[in-house]
Amino acid sequence: MKLLIKGARLLDPENNLDKELDILIEKGRIKKLAKGIKDQKAKKIKAKGYLAAPALIDMHTHLRQPGEEDKETIYTGSLAAIAGGFGRIVCMANTKPPLDSEQDMDFIYTQAKRNNLIDVLPVAAITLGMKQQDLTEIASLKKAGAVALSEDGYTITDSNLMRRALEYARMCGLVVICHSEDAALSRGGVMNEGYMSTVLGLKGIPTAAESAAVARDINLARLSGAPIHIAHVSTKESVEVIRQAKKDKLPVTAETCPHYFTLSEDALSEYDTNLKVNPPLRTKDDVEAIKEALKEGVIDVIASDHAPHLESEKELEFDKAPFGMIGLETSLAVSLKLVRDKVIGLKELILKMTARPADILGLEKTGLAQGDMASVVIIDPDKEWQLKKENILSKSSNSGFLNQKLKGKALYLISKGRLLMAEGKLTIKEAA
Amino acid sequence: MKWTRKNLLGLKDLSKEEISHILDTATSFKEISKRAVKKVPTLRGRTVASLFFEPSTRTKTSFDLAAKRLSADVITVQAASSSVLKGETLKDTALNIEAMNIDCIIMRHNSAGAPHLLAKYVKVPVINAGDGAHEHPTQGLLDIYTIREKKKKIKGLKVVIVGDILHSRVARSNIWGLTTLGAEVWVCGPQTMLPPAVDKLPVKATTNLAEALKAADVVIALRIQMERQQEKFFPSLHEYTREFGINTDNIKLAKKDVLIMHPGPVNRGIELSQDIIEGPYSVILEQVTNGLAIRMAVLYLLLQKEESK
Repeated sequence: MKLLIKGARLLDPENNLDKELDILIEKGRIKKLAKGIKDQKAKKIKAKGYLAAPALIDMHTHLRQPGEEDKETIYTGSLAAIAGGFGRIVCMANTKPPLDSEQDMDFIYTQAKRNNLIDVLPVAAITLGMKQQDLTEIASLKKAGAVALSEDGYTITDSNLMRRALEYARMCGLVVICHSEDAALSRGGVMNEGYMSTVLGLKGIPTAAESAAVARDINLARLSGAPIHIAHVSTKESVEVIRQAKKDKLPVTAETCPHYFTLSEDALSEYDTNLKVNPPLRTKDDVEAIKEALKEGVIDVIASDHAPHLESEKELEFDKAPFGMIGLETSLAVSLKLVRDKVIGLKELILKMTARPADILGLEKTGLAQGDMASVVIIDPDKEWQLKKENILSKSSNSGFLNQKLKGKALYLISKGRLLMAEGKLTIKEAA
Repeated sequence: MKWTRKNLLGLKDLSKEEISHILDTATSFKEISKRAVKKVPTLRGRTVASLFFEPSTRTKTSFDLAAKRLSADVITVQAASSSVLKGETLKDTALNIEAMNIDCIIMRHNSAGAPHLLAKYVKVPVINAGDGAHEHPTQGLLDIYTIREKKKKIKGLKVVIVGDILHSRVARSNIWGLTTLGAEVWVCGPQTMLPPAVDKLPVKATTNLAEALKAADVVIALRIQMERQQEKFFPSLHEYTREFGINTDNIKLAKKDVLIMHPGPVNRGIELSQDIIEGPYSVILEQVTNGLAIRMAVLYLLLQKEESK
């Protein structure tokens, strides 16, 4: 199918492109970029006033397959991703059972291929069964297509084991994504430790649980020379440690999630379990520090940490509910607020959701240059909308942004030349 | 004033007028328990469901009696002998009980925020009888009532709460209620048991019992839970008692008309010595008597509001 995108502002910061041009897509590739392209046979997309950027990448999602398919599947997660403007998503290894073998890598790729939607790239666990005893066969996992290693959900408590894992991963050319949490400090905690946890009578997770573990992981990266990527940074203290690590030119990158630069612990006054996340929502000071870190480039990536849970699980007492919120469908909209609030520019936002995750994972970057594979997202930055439960494409509805006024939405998604979403509606038949 | 709240989940958001209204209402109910026929028909025909997920002597009995003296019918669901053991959720437990057309639910639960969850799913008034470490509003109210009765005022009094503040819902309810009414509240305990961000609470915090006692008009001692020693909050009960136990020696530091209070159950010889519990400063048993009046007042105000809808 030929596609002709007319009148969009093309934004491909990696290739220094910021210009209003038409794009003609043919046979899966960008055929032509120019003003006023005419092609009768092409399907026209009227994109005046919209932005066209490389399709987004979410490098931190939980797709719950295998094992928890009632929460989400690779298929439904892909639908949610398309709606959010993502052409590639990375799924974490803490499924049931965990993704720790070549067969598991194969499973993910096979599912994605069968679904024929977007690319889903697997992360492999660091230890077998995530039991923190034996290493997984890292070299084989790399060959089988793992894009990174992570024990996300947990931190490897044995620092010697973590050290060896890092050295080995470095040899194999796989980055280790660190969920940095001192489990002894955080044990039993369900929200940030501070004024709100005292008022609400809930056990808190001190910021030190994150920053102490981040410091440990950074020092092991220094020792091993292995690249690490700190997941879901939520505290001012962690930002300070990461900032220093970058000053020291250590192989450290970092990501944060939209809720950590918009929501604080004050939002928990009604015990809303959709806001129960790990790491927890922190103080307003931490929120400001995260924004500052995004501005400075101390935090390289924005990822959703999309974590679906059943309604029945979230409708429990606060301390019993599982941690996590979905985020694929709202990540872009919430992040655009950073641009409106002049924390970062639009170009930097696009980079944090495209080129930077690609670089960290060693993925091929597709841009908006002639000849490039056509994976494009068209965004209406001014579209006002709300995420309503009945419109959620994810199987789960535990969003921290339900019914909130959002501004900015992906309306079209082209993945490898195929139009998967048009005018904000998916153009493929959704499964029942 | 007219009572307008549907639920009583805590004291934090109550105004001075609302708290005073409950206290004043309790005064008129206190008299009923002194009669030979301890019953008034005020809530006749109404049904109150008592959902207790944690053990309780005082609170449970107190609420049951309060409802019965107002002529309401009371049903009890003790979690330990209910379908909760079969894994039934709080939401389902609540909806099922509500389906039997009851008028009010009183709940004690070990999870903070459980009454908020309950209130989301049921249409009837919810009274929090203690939720985790969050609040125990009727305990706070009866403590304030007792102080007001004895001292004729709350404003300007120095009330010292001693013990495991971190885990105490009684401490929190008292902090909110007493400060709203103008008392100066102190919290005193081991550093490990003062809550995070205590400096942001409207209290004075100290780890020095002597300093606290010197200032005190009222001392509320809290029960120490044995398992906290295992969780490394303090090295031993022996040391806890020496540093924070109130006895006839250190009570001399306080004013001559100091009140000694305790929500119960008391660990005799630990937070309070035997002589203190049974001595002239103690108003512990009066707290219990007042608790009944407070709970009658709360039931009356919440159910009367529903009736007049």
